[in-house]
Amino acid sequence: MSPSILLVLIIALSVLAFQLGKTRAIAVVGGQRRIRDLHSLPGHYGLLTAIWCGLPALLVFLAWVLLQDAVITRLVIAQLPAASQALPEAQLGLLLNDLRNVVAGNVSPEMVAPETRIAAAQYVQLRDIAELALAAIVVSIGIVGMLWVRAKIRPDLRARNSYERVIEVLLFACSAVAVFTTLGIVLSIVFEAFRFFSIVPVTEFVFGTNWSPQMAIRADQVGSSGAFGAVPLFAGTLLISFIAMIVAVPIGLFSAIYLAEYAPIKVRKYVKPLLEVLAGVPTVVYGFFAVTTVGPALRVAGEAMGLPVAGESALAAGLVMGIMIIPFVSSLSDDMITAVPQSLRDGAYALGATRSETIRQVVLRAALPGIVGGVLLAISRAIGETMIVVMAAGLSANLTANPLEAVTTVTVQIVTLLVGDQEFDSPKTLAAFALGLVLFLVTLLLNVIALYVVRKYREQYE
Amino acid sequence: MNQSSKIRPVPEGTKTIGDVTVPEPVFSCRDVDVYYGDKHAIKKVNIDIGRKQVLAMIGPSGCGKSTFLRCLNRMNDTIVGARVEGMIELDGQDIHEKRQDVVQLRARVGMVFQKPNPFPKSIYENVAYGPRIHGLAADRAELDEIVNVSLRRAGLWEEVKDRLNQPGTSLSGGQQQRLCIARAIAVNPEVILMDEPCSALDPIATARIEDLIDELRESYAICIVTHSMQQAARVSQRTAYFHLGDLIEVGETNKIFTNPQAKLTEDYITGRFG
Repeated sequence: MSPSILLVLIIALSVLAFQLGKTRAIAVVGGQRRIRDLHSLPGHYGLLTAIWCGLPALLVFLAWVLLQDAVITRLVIAQLPAASQALPEAQLGLLLNDLRNVVAGNVSPEMVAPETRIAAAQYVQLRDIAELALAAIVVSIGIVGMLWVRAKIRPDLRARNSYERVIEVLLFACSAVAVFTTLGIVLSIVFEAFRFFSIVPVTEFVFGTNWSPQMAIRADQVGSSGAFGAVPLFAGTLLISFIAMIVAVPIGLFSAIYLAEYAPIKVRKYVKPLLEVLAGVPTVVYGFFAVTTVGPALRVAGEAMGLPVAGESALAAGLVMGIMIIPFVSSLSDDMITAVPQSLRDGAYALGATRSETIRQVVLRAALPGIVGGVLLAISRAIGETMIVVMAAGLSANLTANPLEAVTTVTVQIVTLLVGDQEFDSPKTLAAFALGLVLFLVTLLLNVIALYVVRKYREQYE
Repeated sequence: MNQSSKIRPVPEGTKTIGDVTVPEPVFSCRDVDVYYGDKHAIKKVNIDIGRKQVLAMIGPSGCGKSTFLRCLNRMNDTIVGARVEGMIELDGQDIHEKRQDVVQLRARVGMVFQKPNPFPKSIYENVAYGPRIHGLAADRAELDEIVNVSLRRAGLWEEVKDRLNQPGTSLSGGQQQRLCIARAIAVNPEVILMDEPCSALDPIATARIEDLIDELRESYAICIVTHSMQQAARVSQRTAYFHLGDLIEVGETNKIFTNPQAKLTEDYITGRFG
């Protein structure tokens, strides 16, 4: 029996269990009219029965499906002739690959070695047995669970409480998935980064000013030995983020003030969503815009003023990134400004404050922590932004504060390090993980501070 | 400044019962209408507000008493769709006149709100805010003096004198409301409007505010909107009864409460509805 049919069977069995539990509960108290004597609604008894029928069966089913292939493969290998078993890892892998192809029907059995053909036949046989066994086990688990709960149904069985506890556990499991995934990502970055730091000292990475990650691929190849001083990358990232914030903070904040305090309702209704569309533009499109429009325009403007502007400049990338971030700043600031209670504005107006005095001295003062939080979130977004800088900022690791020159950022280097033919354990590739770790720590720190500040602010008015 | 405040004639056809006018009024309101969009919230209200006395405005919810109060310092200007018609004179000057600046008007007519609304600033800065924006103090010493006097008059000085730099929001509800009163006094207004100032407070804090209103009456004209008839009886000298946007009856407080002329007033104060 194939796994998908079995899955349908489990579901059907659970539906049956629901009906069985429900009717049993009604029967226990002696009919529909006496269901007030039950602790819970009949449906709750049904659900409880269905859960105990379906859930254990489903868990066994999933575990079995995950492990089946590995177990059978091992059994098949154990049956192979001694000569084949003694093959090196890589060749054994090839043999298994053939075997899988035969089993899946991609390759006709005549085209592979005889021992593989025998093994494939064994594999198919074992798999059929396993699937039958699985079906038998899962169905009996389901039936046992169903009958067990059905036998336990009494008027005083707290079916609702038990059922709700199971739901609670399920909800917890779902949130745990997200947490453990994050944890897994962090751990993988940390381990790879440590491998990098065992080759290149941390101090060189953090304080070195020379970034040249090109390594000789083979021992006899002429090439640089690689330098991993990340300071130019940090400097480039900060420079571009700084330019972006110079663009985004005033424009975002002022548009938020306009929208929240001055704009007529009609204007606000149309302008606010339009502004938020900026956040929905794919970053690669912003990258296009930076490369094809802003970059050349800056160069022309620079020539007119006698300034040497590189084709790929920190300024172009920073300006476009700033535009991208405007909605983050404006939307959050707008929320914070609108959250300031009307009573505070009334208080200021009643004292004879003008509109601008009220906004500057009372409203913005009250919303400031929230606005700061929003700006911090925007900064962390700018630091982590990749596509715009890959396209517009360039690759040369210049250590410069001149926004007219090409610079490179942490994210750009991560991309270039992982693109192309490289051994996965060379310092060049591992450096990407070290950079990723730095990036992760910085944005994590910014986010934690920002969320703390925003929460602190919210508490004040609740 | 009182020369021009003679008694204005009350227009013919006013349905209000009782003594609409007072000698030397600070506010004279004639045929005041307020609309919120299509809703006619206040209908042809005529009333005078006297100096150095407390006028209590009572009536069931939605009767327009708060709306009327907010006309007196033009706070309805901040509400989109609100429209005020008729004449409101402060010391003989129409407050809707073109050359009347709303900022100056609000400096002369202070307001205290239902929910205490201290600014997110220190206690000192809360009180100093009004004098600062109106340039009432020449230097820091004068400002200190204004803050000190205002807090004393609001009966808050002893409780906060050692922590003037702490945020105003750190005070208790009753203290916050007295801080808001101090803030209103600090700009030295002629009239103080109070919109249910005790409805968010416990009985002890309420009693303190009522005592305070009684003291402030010696220097200011006070208009108070209240839902508590006991409070109106305790703190006011005149009482106005509003019903569905109409001013039904106005007169001396003890007369209104002991011998109401209008049937609606009688029904309300005897608790038959509201």
